[in-house]
Amino acid sequence: MSAPTAAAEPRFSDVAERADAARRGAIVAALTAALPRGAVLAADSDLRTYECDGLAAFRESPVAVVLPASEGEVAAALGACARLGVPVVARGAGTGLSGGAMPHASGVVLSLARLNRILELDPVAGIARVEPGVRNLAISEAAAPFGLYYAPDPSSQIACTIGGNVAENAGGVHCLKYGLTLHNVLRVRGLTIDGEAVEFGSRALDCPGLDLLAALIGSEGLLAIVTEVTVRLLPRPAVARVVMASFDDVAKAGDAVAAVIAAGIIPAGLEMMDRRAAAAVEPFVKAGYDLGAAAILLAESDGTPEEVDAEVAQLEQLLAAAGATATAVSRSEAERLRFWSGRKNAFPAAGRISPDYYCMDGTIPRKHIGRVLEQIAALEQRLGLRCMNVFHAGDGNLHPLILFDANEPGQWQRAERFGAEIVELCVALGGTISGEHGVGIEKINSMCVQFTPAERAAFFAVKRAFDPPGLLNPGKLIPTLHRCAEYGRLRVHGGALPFAELPRL
Amino acid sequence: MDAPLEAIRERVLAAGRDRARLRIRGAGTKDFLGAALEGELLDTRPLAGVVDYEPSELVVTARAGTRLSELEALLASRGQYLAFEPPAFGGDPTLGGIVAAGLSGPRRATAGAVRDFVLGAKLLTAGGELLAFGGRVMKNVAGFDVARLLCGSLGILGVIAEVSVKVLPRPAAEATVEFEMDAAEAIAAFNRWSRRPLPLSATSWHDGIARVRLSGVPPAVAAARRALGGAPLEPAEAARWWAGVRDHAQPFLAPRDPLWRVSVAATAPLLALPGRELVEWAGALRWLRTSAAAPDVRAAARRAGGSAALWHGAGGAATFEPLPPALRAIHRRLKDGFDPQGIFNHGRLLPDL
Repeated sequence: MSAPTAAAEPRFSDVAERADAARRGAIVAALTAALPRGAVLAADSDLRTYECDGLAAFRESPVAVVLPASEGEVAAALGACARLGVPVVARGAGTGLSGGAMPHASGVVLSLARLNRILELDPVAGIARVEPGVRNLAISEAAAPFGLYYAPDPSSQIACTIGGNVAENAGGVHCLKYGLTLHNVLRVRGLTIDGEAVEFGSRALDCPGLDLLAALIGSEGLLAIVTEVTVRLLPRPAVARVVMASFDDVAKAGDAVAAVIAAGIIPAGLEMMDRRAAAAVEPFVKAGYDLGAAAILLAESDGTPEEVDAEVAQLEQLLAAAGATATAVSRSEAERLRFWSGRKNAFPAAGRISPDYYCMDGTIPRKHIGRVLEQIAALEQRLGLRCMNVFHAGDGNLHPLILFDANEPGQWQRAERFGAEIVELCVALGGTISGEHGVGIEKINSMCVQFTPAERAAFFAVKRAFDPPGLLNPGKLIPTLHRCAEYGRLRVHGGALPFAELPRL
Repeated sequence: MDAPLEAIRERVLAAGRDRARLRIRGAGTKDFLGAALEGELLDTRPLAGVVDYEPSELVVTARAGTRLSELEALLASRGQYLAFEPPAFGGDPTLGGIVAAGLSGPRRATAGAVRDFVLGAKLLTAGGELLAFGGRVMKNVAGFDVARLLCGSLGILGVIAEVSVKVLPRPAAEATVEFEMDAAEAIAAFNRWSRRPLPLSATSWHDGIARVRLSGVPPAVAAARRALGGAPLEPAEAARWWAGVRDHAQPFLAPRDPLWRVSVAATAPLLALPGRELVEWAGALRWLRTSAAAPDVRAAARRAGGSAALWHGAGGAATFEPLPPALRAIHRRLKDGFDPQGIFNHGRLLPDL
């Protein structure tokens, strides 16, 4: 989306102040002394590129950007920052959607883009050992000659890096069957803020001690700087086909998802689009979507030809029994990709029908899909903005795309309110404020809603265990008590909580 | 908090006041596991019962003292199961113990471990607070993944009170085939087969016989059987074999000295130590009975990309590989953050922690 220029309102008291000129000079001098020529950027024009990640509404200018090309250079940069007490924000490709890589006003951005080598690909062991700046898709491309691939496929996989995937525990369309980043990473080598190398996990399937790898994955750059990742490669399924089904009612489509799972099928992908999403993408991709349908379900089956034949037949039967008004099965790879094209292009399509869009991310128990859509429709009325909905329906992960125009005064603020209300509705229904995009800076206030002060204190304890001085991506992921108190005062309007009619789980 | 949880909370708070130590225990099926057993017993079995089970959500939530047999029977009634196949070791372990031990069965190499299936947990802390991490949904990246950090923690961070676990549909068909091979051939074959899109769900090698279990839809299992060849095992015999490996009922894995659990890279060559082995997880797990000295076993495991634990040793207690200093420092600070007085399971996972 294009960037609304107004800083997000309100500005909380824990937002970092900018470093003064003397301090900035000292930081740049220390980094320049520690790193090779060309590895430190400090000119305003150079810094502009790094002001935001994929969530352009949240911007900040860092003191400097460092571009190390080796683990040794990462350690040197960290050493300089640790000595001066400078916050460090790690950055991969900058495709994140929650502002996790938004710079710190008195800190340094540590870009890992130059650490982009595939260090090892062992087709017998089915693993690849790569540097953090390697793109997600580049791993699968390198593994393809061996009939292998890296399963997690976030929609940004052409551009996003494996280091960023580790930081966010990235998912994708196929994680219902093949898991998230967490399930597909064996080992991470990283540096602590002191520049000390630590290995989390190993080539073996378990390790002595606590499972720190599980804590590190999805930690949004708050615990360590990733310098090497060993991923598991899977054999590419021989065949994949997709069943497309239309429903005249969104709740029926939700029930169909439950029926598929209850019948013992875990599709490789199970995705839903509502009418507005289908209408937005169809002119763009010409996938042949049923524009009269209230919801379209895409269910993919992959595996051996025998498995896929059996599963597709069962899927067709289940979807028809669940009230599908039409079903179609892809007859070729080209047709399979065409069926998927709309789902994969939902975000750009939103950009075509609206000057700006705000992509939300939350997860709910699947059974509440109908209810959430009703509430989103009510929010559209109340806030005067449109929303199109795409879901990873199989795992209850919603991606409402809120449409707005940043040039219209107040629209971004309403879009932001809309998003916060959706994710807080997810919490009220027993779900979570983020399924795969992360908390970053975007959802830091909503963390106050999902977690109690004691739970947030436990998160800070984890943070301190890995990063005692608290210099790695401070101000993201975990809100301070103070911030939550301020947010609580703002959020309660006239003593009424949003969705006061819902039972709190 | 209800009465059983309140009673446990009172014990925890009292231990904090009295500077006492507590030893958290469910059914006690894994008393042998861990470096030390110190402190007064804190029995989690009163915290029992399934809280929520919705087959179409693929999630079951149960309190820590709930028995494996109860969970498995409930899931089986809806055609589902715990795909990580937690070992029972001849008893009926509790869900809390399963998560705290973090042990997984023969399906580990293909389906995943306990930690891959835990979606959320409630933890009673040393301060007597009940904290909820994760949740009951498949995808959740809000906050650090403390629920998964509890898997294999052996209770050192607090009392696991409730867990939500992802469940899966039970495969419609299962078949086991066996081959006469030596260990090196078997490991090479397991590695090769693992790189093909075959519905492998378990592998083992012992005493010159490699066994492979296939699970999935009937046509896929049948096709894989044709592709692999080998001699079919009778279903009852196959079930007995895999249960024996999972639960250590197999005589080779029986609790007597010394048994080593060596977790290595699946492609690592043979350990080149005297003695006999049982290989699982497509080569990644090697159970070893050897006369070799402990330092030699540990060194061989490190060369193979992994670590060795003395599972049943002379002292009766399993002992793990020591950690490198940087990792140990993080462990120390985590323990201090969650349990500053060292109330819970002192020394069980690591000495002095």
